[in-house]
Amino acid sequence: MSVVLARDQARAPAEPPAGAKRRWTRLVLPIYSGLVLFYLVLPILVMILYGFNASGPKRVSFRWQGFSLFGYAHLFVRPDLTAALKNSLFIAVVSTIFASILGTLIALALVRYRFGGRTITDFVLFMNISAPEIVLGASLLSLFVSFGVPRGIITIIIAHVMFNIAYVAVTVRARLAGFDRHLEEAAQDLGAGPWVTFTRVTLPLIWAGILAGGLLAFALSIDDFVITNFNAGTTQTFPLWVYGAVKVGIPPQVFVMGTLIFAVGVLIALLNVVAHRRRA
Amino acid sequence: MPGGLWLLVFFLIPIFFMLSVSLQTGNLEQGFAQTWHFHRYVEVFQQYRPQFVRSFEFGTIATAITLVVGYPLAYWIAFHGGRHKTTFLFLLLLPFFVSFVIRTLACQFILADDGIVLGALKSWHLLPQGFHILATRTAVISGIAYNFLPFMALPLYVSLERIDRRVVEAAGDLYANKKDVFLRVIFPLSIPGVFAGILLTFVPAVGDYVNASILGGTSTTMIGNIIQLEFLQNFHYPVAAALSFVLMGVLLIGIFIYARVLGARSIEEYV
Repeated sequence: MSVVLARDQARAPAEPPAGAKRRWTRLVLPIYSGLVLFYLVLPILVMILYGFNASGPKRVSFRWQGFSLFGYAHLFVRPDLTAALKNSLFIAVVSTIFASILGTLIALALVRYRFGGRTITDFVLFMNISAPEIVLGASLLSLFVSFGVPRGIITIIIAHVMFNIAYVAVTVRARLAGFDRHLEEAAQDLGAGPWVTFTRVTLPLIWAGILAGGLLAFALSIDDFVITNFNAGTTQTFPLWVYGAVKVGIPPQVFVMGTLIFAVGVLIALLNVVAHRRRA
Repeated sequence: MPGGLWLLVFFLIPIFFMLSVSLQTGNLEQGFAQTWHFHRYVEVFQQYRPQFVRSFEFGTIATAITLVVGYPLAYWIAFHGGRHKTTFLFLLLLPFFVSFVIRTLACQFILADDGIVLGALKSWHLLPQGFHILATRTAVISGIAYNFLPFMALPLYVSLERIDRRVVEAAGDLYANKKDVFLRVIFPLSIPGVFAGILLTFVPAVGDYVNASILGGTSTTMIGNIIQLEFLQNFHYPVAAALSFVLMGVLLIGIFIYARVLGARSIEEYV
């Protein structure tokens, strides 16, 4: 509905009279932008709000029934939901570690060496990011089906590492673009071996890039639904559990967990910004 | 390059296996045999043509909406954001901190017949009691447009932010009025962002099935729903693989033409 509203606003006076020209940028555009940003944030507010809806333990009703802290007080009373959340966290941690290491290696290789497969690797990264998720999920499932690999937590981790490598590689590569190689040469001139040079000079310099790529990978992994859905078998993750519960009814704990994940994510992002400001 | 190996084994090779599975015949109980059943592609395309057409239709409309809604927003943040530019960008990114499924679920709560919006409007008699949005095309398309708006707005913002302000001033000095400055200087310079945004929005929008499944009904089934159903519930692996392959083929050809026309670099910069 807000979409319709917003579009009407955009079509509003295209050519204001001379005197009203400033009003266009001073008034109309800011109000419009505010509305769109509000529209973007609205579902998040709804999620937070409905975590407090007093509609009983089984399912949150669409209708607002008053304020309650039930969901917060009984956060972990549903063992299947709690297990799904634990799976999600475990998968996100493991796949982030693997994807960060492998993605960083690809980025280093792409920036440092001119090798034969360079353009192809570049193209594969691009394709991996731009191909629709459903195709990635379906093709990986085809591989597992062909070899009779049972689907479970291992196949989910493999899938998550697969789609996260490209994101880490692209992020770290962007960071490497401004890297001064003379620093490494200086280290070697001062008698440092390749390993010491890497751990004491290269790694600290690109650490921020790896951290950014890793955080992105973690966020993508914990949120992923489509690829996980195809390769999970009977294993549940948090998004899968929620999707499965849509038809039966969403218990309030889902909105509370969503709110808490959101809060932690925003907190980390803000801390990151503050840390950056301090350094600058 | 162990990372490259991982991508080879778990990204490129699976695509060939998908092709191979799509040309098998058989069923789950008796097993599948490689029969090079090329006719399957004709069959699935005929059987599921409405869903294919609908996916591309929804994807196109949703992409157009995100472009129309996102452009003024990106323009405003880039040129008039002032001191709070970072804050506005942060708000734009905020939806990414909530799981895609939960965001769509929240949309369901917003659009529900007796939810906070429609319920309130109905109790004030601004809408007839029988009015509903859920399970219609409108619900699915606006859900997709909502979920992918940041994918459109961010590359637009990057391209607008990059424009050299002196060029804009020069146009003003040369007596271009505001409209001409926008149409002949700013908009043409933001075209790479427009293309990147369209690509980043359209591809996932066409393949999406979460919105259609949570917000839609039986008349809004998209091709993603069919692929998921055939793969995970009916275990018709060959049919599902063939459908995925057609979807990937069509989109890849589109991306390829796109990259040829614009140069892959220019798109990649925004990914």
